[in-house]
Amino acid sequence: MTVTTRQPAQGPAPQRSAGSRAGELLARVFGGGSGTVFALLIVVFAAIFIVNPGFAEPPSLMAFLKQAAPLMILAIGQYFVIVSGEFDLSVGSLVGAQVVIAAALIDGEEGRTVPVILLMLGFGILVGLVNGLITTLLKVQSFITTLGMMLVLYGAIRLWTGGAPTGALSEAFRQPGRGGIDMSVVRQLPWALMILIGIVIIAVAVMRSSYGRTLIATGDNDRAAGFSGVRVWRVRTLAFVMSSVAATVAAILIGGYAGVTAQVGQGLEFTAITAVVLGGAALGGGRGWVVAAMAGALTLEALFVLFNQLSMPSTIRPAVQGVIIIAAVAYAARERARPRHHQEVPSQQQSNEA
Amino acid sequence: MRTTRALLAAAAAAALMLAACTTDEPSDTAAPDETAAASEDPGAGGEDEETTDGEFFVRADYDRQLAQRDIAPEGDPATPWLQAIEPEYVDTAQYAQDGNTLCFSNASVSNPWRVTGWITMQQQVEVLQQQGLIGEFRVSDAADDDNKQISDIQAFIDAGDCNAIIISPSTTATLTPAVEAACASGVPVIVFDRGVNSDCMVTFIHPIGGYAYGADGAEFLVENLEPGSTVLPLRILPGVDVLENRWAAAQEIFADSELEILGDEFTGGDGAEIKNLVTQALQRGEVDGIWMDAGDGAVAAVEAFEDTGNDYPVMVGEDELSFLRKWQETGMTAVAPVYSNFQWRTPILAATMIWAGEQVPVEWVLPQDEITEDDRDEFLDRNADMPSLHYAKFGGEDLPGFPAAWQDR
Repeated sequence: MTVTTRQPAQGPAPQRSAGSRAGELLARVFGGGSGTVFALLIVVFAAIFIVNPGFAEPPSLMAFLKQAAPLMILAIGQYFVIVSGEFDLSVGSLVGAQVVIAAALIDGEEGRTVPVILLMLGFGILVGLVNGLITTLLKVQSFITTLGMMLVLYGAIRLWTGGAPTGALSEAFRQPGRGGIDMSVVRQLPWALMILIGIVIIAVAVMRSSYGRTLIATGDNDRAAGFSGVRVWRVRTLAFVMSSVAATVAAILIGGYAGVTAQVGQGLEFTAITAVVLGGAALGGGRGWVVAAMAGALTLEALFVLFNQLSMPSTIRPAVQGVIIIAAVAYAARERARPRHHQEVPSQQQSNEA
Repeated sequence: MRTTRALLAAAAAAALMLAACTTDEPSDTAAPDETAAASEDPGAGGEDEETTDGEFFVRADYDRQLAQRDIAPEGDPATPWLQAIEPEYVDTAQYAQDGNTLCFSNASVSNPWRVTGWITMQQQVEVLQQQGLIGEFRVSDAADDDNKQISDIQAFIDAGDCNAIIISPSTTATLTPAVEAACASGVPVIVFDRGVNSDCMVTFIHPIGGYAYGADGAEFLVENLEPGSTVLPLRILPGVDVLENRWAAAQEIFADSELEILGDEFTGGDGAEIKNLVTQALQRGEVDGIWMDAGDGAVAAVEAFEDTGNDYPVMVGEDELSFLRKWQETGMTAVAPVYSNFQWRTPILAATMIWAGEQVPVEWVLPQDEITEDDRDEFLDRNADMPSLHYAKFGGEDLPGFPAAWQDR
């Protein structure tokens, strides 16, 4: 991890001699702040390897990444919205809706795969536009807008399908989520991983572009951003669109990974938000690093694996997961609570006004 | 500040350790951690002194259901929805009437099993409407909400023009007073699928039950796996009596076997979750058999074996077509326990029988036979044009709407 990819609102790192770089890196990772998620990730992975050394084998790791990719993509999408000072609660429902739409429209016919995927992307963009425009132009709080969207999608899909999904996905549709390139060491290099890497590169590029800086500035203080010439509504709407498109890609991967079931996507919105917060982003916007958000998602998935490897009873898992998340975020917050270069007080007032 | 941080880290570590320590709790006895709201078994007749080994295990019911599997049902095997196991008939002359408005309070259509049954029911109603036996068919869907269903039933009672009320309760204990209120209104009441803690209805229609379902799969695993083999049970949710009965029966059978049971996992019925859990179990060690409390997502479990390059397990699925097709395609060793979907036809027919003053069984126990390798292909042929989330034993092949009605849902 390089210090240079850090998002700008964090402020420039103090000048250090090259020799103390390594020490500084260690301190950054384990010293609280937004490095916490990486520390937690390392600890959880170490624990998994101790419990089950077999997990360290490349095929197992690839299987894990394939399974974790959809949540990581969702977290990236959610990051854009959260860092701009909003929420997107509709992503879980959107994933479910997209998988059900895909199954119903493809209905097992290979030839329909590509048109249906294009249609899904169109639908995703539409949902993002509606979320974004209602939030920014009609000034409905995004929590309510996207909560409403979540219910609308949930209900509309049930109305349309008569309660439970129908149809079937084609083999081609299932490839991105399930298949990969067969090779010797890793057994299979999953398409999902390559799609994920592509999206991470795009996301990092977006955040380093002028749009990314504007997005963070908007989340930090939208009034100030507005005064300095930012069209806040456009910036935020685009963030919602990116979130919905990410949810669509996640839906393609999840549907491909496991096929259609009635429960697809349930609860994913909160897992994605948790991942972003675990990655050090501030709810209310203005602070966060997209790679850390993704690492948050990876950490959550790794925690599920660890629980499983420990054969922990399923009934106690949510409680333990909750304790770990709160502890990790609180630990990271110690760092953040110290006074910083930029003013935080206005950003906290602003976050409620959007 | 340092100390707080250390404290937090310690808290997280402690939480992990504590949780890890609880893992050696044996799961081969009736699980003690299932502390969901008390739900008595409807078929038990309210005898409290029965042997209960756990909240969701009543030995008398278990023994009765297992025995019922071997009793030949009365009636024509070509119409299993009219068959009954050891029926005790009740006289319905008091309900004979010319009125033919039928009211149905449905718990929900929130899963493919219920959707399939609901279509079958509508098709059956259509036939009887054409014959003039049923006039208006009034339906309310409670979308799995107890309160909604209670008011739905009350609305039927208040309307006063239902000539019979069919109820498919969403939960047992909560819906009991509503069903009793319906009975008290003097209208014949028919309950099917899940039961209630009352015997006020004219007839209670259901397949043999959850214990038999769970036992069918568990016995198959015991027979087809070597002693010492490992079985991964996958469950949807804790605390739902129909599902808990299946698991309780499986535990009972596993306890007497030499199979090693790898904990039990809750999947929420989500295919992705199922695939994750199975993949991780395979990374931990060998899995020779899979037991499921419902076949939703059984294909995802099988795919986890394929994608990780493992041999197919001995598999317990359900009569959902996606699973039957996967089973045929792969030739794995499997069984498909059945929770007879054709039971959705029976209450409609029962209503017309009651109006005609014909006798009906007080407790109408429908046959519930699992699909084995021997009759699997026959059921697949019969349902060749059906979608994958359809249930093989839906029992509507002779209805005029077949097959189109079940194809476009």
